[in-house]
Amino acid sequence: MSKLRRKIYMTAGYNTVSMGTGRKEFNPKKERPGLEHYIKEAGQGTLKQIGGAKNVDEGAIGNFMAARFNKQGHLAGFIPYIDEELQWKPCTRTEGACASGALALMSGMKSVLAETAEVVLTVGVEVQNTMKAIYGADVLAGAGWFKNRKNGHAYFFPGQFSDRAKAYYDKYGMEYARKGMRQWFINAMENARLCPTAQEYENKAADLGALYDGMIPNGKSFVDSLNVLDCSKVSDGASAIAIMSEEGLKRCGIPKNEAVEVVGYGQVERNITKEPPDKTELTTIKKAAHNALEMAGITINDLATIEVHDCFSIAGILSTEALGFAEPGKGAQFVADKNTARDGKIPINTTGGLIGWGHPTGGTGVHQAVTIWEQLTGKAGAAQINIPSDRPYGMTINMGGDDVTVVAIIYKRGDL
Amino acid sequence: MIIYDEKLQNVTVLGAAGKMGSGILLLTAAEMADLSLKPENKGKTFCLNAMDVSQEGLAGLMKYLKDQVLKLAEKKTVALRQIYRDRTDLIENEDIIREYVFDVMNIVRPVTTVEAAYNSTIIFEAVIENLDLKKKLLSQINENNPTSPWFFSNTSSIPIHVLDEAANLDGRILGFHFYNPPAVQRLVELITTPKNPAEMVEFAKTYAKRLKKVLVPSNDFAGFIGNGHFMRDALHGIHEAERLTKEVPFVEAVYMLNKVSQDFLIRPMGIFQLIDYVGIEVVQFIMKVMNPYLKNEDLHSDLLDKMMSLGVKGGQRSDGSQKDGFLKYEKNKPVAVYDPDSKGYKQISEFQVKCDEKLGPLPDSWKPWKVVNFSKDKKESMLINYFKELKSGKTTGTEIARKYHARSNEIGNKLVIDKVANNKEDVNTVMLTGFFHAYGPVNEYLS
Repeated sequence: MSKLRRKIYMTAGYNTVSMGTGRKEFNPKKERPGLEHYIKEAGQGTLKQIGGAKNVDEGAIGNFMAARFNKQGHLAGFIPYIDEELQWKPCTRTEGACASGALALMSGMKSVLAETAEVVLTVGVEVQNTMKAIYGADVLAGAGWFKNRKNGHAYFFPGQFSDRAKAYYDKYGMEYARKGMRQWFINAMENARLCPTAQEYENKAADLGALYDGMIPNGKSFVDSLNVLDCSKVSDGASAIAIMSEEGLKRCGIPKNEAVEVVGYGQVERNITKEPPDKTELTTIKKAAHNALEMAGITINDLATIEVHDCFSIAGILSTEALGFAEPGKGAQFVADKNTARDGKIPINTTGGLIGWGHPTGGTGVHQAVTIWEQLTGKAGAAQINIPSDRPYGMTINMGGDDVTVVAIIYKRGDL
Repeated sequence: MIIYDEKLQNVTVLGAAGKMGSGILLLTAAEMADLSLKPENKGKTFCLNAMDVSQEGLAGLMKYLKDQVLKLAEKKTVALRQIYRDRTDLIENEDIIREYVFDVMNIVRPVTTVEAAYNSTIIFEAVIENLDLKKKLLSQINENNPTSPWFFSNTSSIPIHVLDEAANLDGRILGFHFYNPPAVQRLVELITTPKNPAEMVEFAKTYAKRLKKVLVPSNDFAGFIGNGHFMRDALHGIHEAERLTKEVPFVEAVYMLNKVSQDFLIRPMGIFQLIDYVGIEVVQFIMKVMNPYLKNEDLHSDLLDKMMSLGVKGGQRSDGSQKDGFLKYEKNKPVAVYDPDSKGYKQISEFQVKCDEKLGPLPDSWKPWKVVNFSKDKKESMLINYFKELKSGKTTGTEIARKYHARSNEIGNKLVIDKVANNKEDVNTVMLTGFFHAYGPVNEYLS
């Protein structure tokens, strides 16, 4: 598709706190809110801004592995739990590993495009702190091909991206690469400290660089080529946003400047049973971003900010290359030079991204959309960045598995 | 390593359900399981007898063991995936962890009779500090065991040569003294005698190394290094408190000495809290065991006897929480002090301000043990600055602290002079590693 047949908007975003280690209120030994709590809080947070559930035509919920983390399947059934008025309305659950949230967005967008709905309540959720990380690693490994599990690392996905980091080190130099990864971590923490819902909001480390330098990757206890600061954390959380047509905005009384318009998207799938064609390239992201930019009719130079899927710092570095901000092998330098910092050439992950804000896997895609909506409509609070008038676009890239399922979406403020 | 593996094929832990025995059993079970999983040991049977007279204790032990092995497996899953790499049926971490727990538990045989040890090549002895009981058990096993087993005693106070002679073991016993809890504490005191076979000592060193323990040699004197220092240090604290009772009530004296020995000396806990942690009964007992072997010294406290006669014993519950002793605890923090006259506890809050005023303020450069001990590069300079201030302090607190510090220093030096320890470094290592002190007792800070 080269052009959208109908205008699609997103508005009324809401994020719960990303709960897990790092938050003062998190105590793994005490009972904590469950899946239902997060779905309800996020859903109601959005409903309050759009005049209530009566205005909603459909519901979509993205989730990766509640069936194992929470022994709970059938999540679409929790959308009416958000509000009684959602009872008897069509609801869909989407799953595409960590891209489950963006697939929920796609589901809602396609309903609006198909003119079967004017307002879709979209939620993304994951509650992962129900088990120790060593068992959570088993669950998350489901984002890969199970036949590869036996030969994979105990921490399967850190292992996968450790291998990508190793390939990058071998090609371009480890010391060089880690300078960029170090800066990626620093940016993530500094941005998260500006966002009250971020898991690292209360991070008070005085010298982030020294903290990072003090953690040398150790394959005996973790993985060979990443330290724990290179990784996103285990998170519980949910996000919600309303996807609307123009009619939907009118129905809910939302002015266009309070919404973002989706001007392009790219949804791409890679064969999960095959190895990535090049470990130093995020090929699926490259294709999805290309498709989205093409549909929007813009280039990366028109983007004011991006939310990229930095489940690992090396994924952040590789994303800058896949998007075309840096030549292959130059991404680490691009990041080390602070081009992706909040006051840099292209601010990326302005509320901390997956490493700083948190990564409730099935919720991340929706959280990214909420962040871009906040930034483009001036609602990002202390984390607000300047959106230049000549570069009014924002972009989200949500990745499932090892560059297997990718959704890239491009937005601009609704009244522009 | 062949001898090492063979020696660990059949092992017995005596007193396995006790606090020390259960830890030794856990460590040994994991080590034996790791050996059994080596390709060259495939098909060999490894057997670890957990011997204890208490059926109830053994039931609790098996639960403890399962819980601890599970935690251990969760920690070393990265390595376990390699060990089980040829097991195609074990795919997820959970599969592998469950299998390892089974493999460890499958080695352990809980038993209540000593006959189980008749086929063991290694015997870990962790029964109570009673020479007659140890003698009976060890000699009975030795007489009935055709393998001429090696005995590893966890005694913390009885000289090894005394056990050797009493049980007629012909040098096949050495002291292998774990600290509590053995699974966590890294220190092990190794007490050898001239009669020990060289390969037995070598085995002990290898075993300690594989368990990642810090091995400190101690010579064969009652109490060895650890209790050699702790018992005398505790007695000093008790005597100082008794001295203070001429000026203040008993509960206030205990509070003040506890505070001085913790805060003013930058230790992890005060001396009365430490006595409670170890158990008043245990401290009294160890002193009693050590005392006959000491010359020109009376290691005995009437106060401990009095507390015991009043049923105040301290120690820990099976869940690790602290029982009340000299001090009463809430959430493992002292809140009251026992008064033997009224036979009840008096809240610290009632006299804390008064006592703190009498002791005077802590020197300005003071930092809590937790800060100092984990300050890596800055630790030494922090200690030098602090003790410089303590040295010139004019308060009651600094005066008691200096005296306490000097006594600790004297005890440490005497352990070297008396040849209990080979050198001052060994004394300091024991106190740093086994007692988590921020600095060794043999130092020049107040010189």
